[in-house]
Amino acid sequence: MTTVVRASVASRVASALKYVSLIAASVVVLLPLGVVLLTSLKTSDELAAGSGPLTPPGDWLNLANYVTAFEKGRMAEAALNTFVILVVSITGTVFIGSAAAYAIDRFTFRLKKLIVALFLFATLVPSITTQVTTFQVIDQLGLFNTRLAPIMLYLGTDIVAIYIFLQFIRSIPISVDEAARLDGASSFTIYRKIILPLLKPAVATVVIVKGIAVYNDFYIPFLYMPDQSLGTISTSLFRFKGPFGAHWENISAGAILVIVPTLAVFLLLQRFIYNGLTQGAAK
Amino acid sequence: MTPISSSLRRGSAGAPRDAARHSRQRPRHGWRQRLTPWMFLLVPLALLITFSYVPIVNMVVYSFTDWDGVSPDYTFTGLENYVEIFTRPELFKVFVASAYYLGAAVLQIVLALYFATVLSFNTRFRNLFKGILFFPYLINGVAIGFVFLYFFQEGGTFDTVLKLFGVGGEHLWLGDPDLVNYSLAGVSVWRYMGLNFVLFLGGIQSIAPELYEAAELDGANRWQQFRFIIVPSLRPLIGLTAILAISGCLSVFEIPYIMTGGAGASETFVIQTIKLAFRFDKTGLASAAAVVLLVIILLVAWVQRRIVPEERVTP
Repeated sequence: MTTVVRASVASRVASALKYVSLIAASVVVLLPLGVVLLTSLKTSDELAAGSGPLTPPGDWLNLANYVTAFEKGRMAEAALNTFVILVVSITGTVFIGSAAAYAIDRFTFRLKKLIVALFLFATLVPSITTQVTTFQVIDQLGLFNTRLAPIMLYLGTDIVAIYIFLQFIRSIPISVDEAARLDGASSFTIYRKIILPLLKPAVATVVIVKGIAVYNDFYIPFLYMPDQSLGTISTSLFRFKGPFGAHWENISAGAILVIVPTLAVFLLLQRFIYNGLTQGAAK
Repeated sequence: MTPISSSLRRGSAGAPRDAARHSRQRPRHGWRQRLTPWMFLLVPLALLITFSYVPIVNMVVYSFTDWDGVSPDYTFTGLENYVEIFTRPELFKVFVASAYYLGAAVLQIVLALYFATVLSFNTRFRNLFKGILFFPYLINGVAIGFVFLYFFQEGGTFDTVLKLFGVGGEHLWLGDPDLVNYSLAGVSVWRYMGLNFVLFLGGIQSIAPELYEAAELDGANRWQQFRFIIVPSLRPLIGLTAILAISGCLSVFEIPYIMTGGAGASETFVIQTIKLAFRFDKTGLASAAAVVLLVIILLVAWVQRRIVPEERVTP
């Protein structure tokens, strides 16, 4: 009897500790973000008067900083640039990745081993180490300071997508291809009408993994598109540092503007994001 | 890295299946059939060569020259750049910063393992906690940089919170060379812990529930279940994460660059390389530095292959 009682006391303590640790971790995650949200709602006078970081704003509906951040920070332009780059590079990745995976899995050809090895080795090379010389390539192609620079780099260096598509293609039985081939379908028809539609779940994964990576990428647009009018979400936000100086109410509003779309997508697509990342992020 | 490599390799080594298909198709199709796969591979290969292999080859070539990145010609200087990297101590001290990130990575893996285990058991508001812990991973790096620039301000949020716990004073969390790397490594844990946590959680949930039931019947407590069921099943995933953490801490760039500009003690290897190339026009030296980093990372990847059996890694 006493052991049972002791066990239940112990498990209650353990359970309490568990919730304490989870709540503590949640506070650690949310506090830095919450403080920035509070600051984004304060006026510059409030901040100048020494309003502490944990003090709530005087007016909870003061959105003036957001207007300033959006207009002076050229966020509309940035959103458009990011959107164009996102759509083109995701669409391209889906077609290029699935085509490469189709060729590698469904055909035998000379040099196949070499080609597979080339793709394989490229995954091991961290792209940041080769930026110095990648820059020369982009420059010589005349792509510097154009939206095509990041697009081409996102297309050309995405081997993870090929891997995700390979895994899915392998689960599609070859008999499907063969039946279509007997009906007179060419390889292109098989790829376009049979393989691509069956790859939908893989496409979802690639879109999510790639979408997050492109939306958040800072380095490539920073290096290859320094032009003011070619800002993306990341680089336009980065430029807040200069003109807004110590105007933390505006910088905070800018940061929140960038985070909100991510939060919305996360809440809508939670399950897909978890699945997509467990499949894709093993990179 | 590993799952990709294993799956690609299986693609090439699927010998029996390929052979069967091959013999059936060969007689009916001639050169056109042989050309077909190349039509599909044309664009992917062109991109791969232009944006991966041309830069890699150029990088190796430049690393043996004194090129400044602008002038039309350069001279070959042999191993001079490499000698410079290994003999100038100030070029090597950037690896000190890597040690902080490595320490952070250990903390990050331990925390991720703890929270993944805790949330794999019955917990109230499970999805809410999971979402909160994971969300930082999705946030834009520049936004994270600004959030923590504000957080670590002198007399800012962190100092205010510390005061609530009785730790007084104002600290230069990002200005003091003794503190800056702790602060930045802390941001790294905040940002990336969620990804490891979700990967571990996925791994734990793929363990057959009968194992726990059997263990419970045998009287195993939670700690024993963790020690003898969860840890062994996650070992390949933990190994992979640990080794990715090593190459990750060598190529840290974004957060220190955004938050401190990579000034002083917070300078990392990649930031130094970028500065050499784009600010000091030492393309040759920067290329040699990049080759050194590449060799280190390839070595780490090779070690990973040796100690983590591939087939079991894929979650």
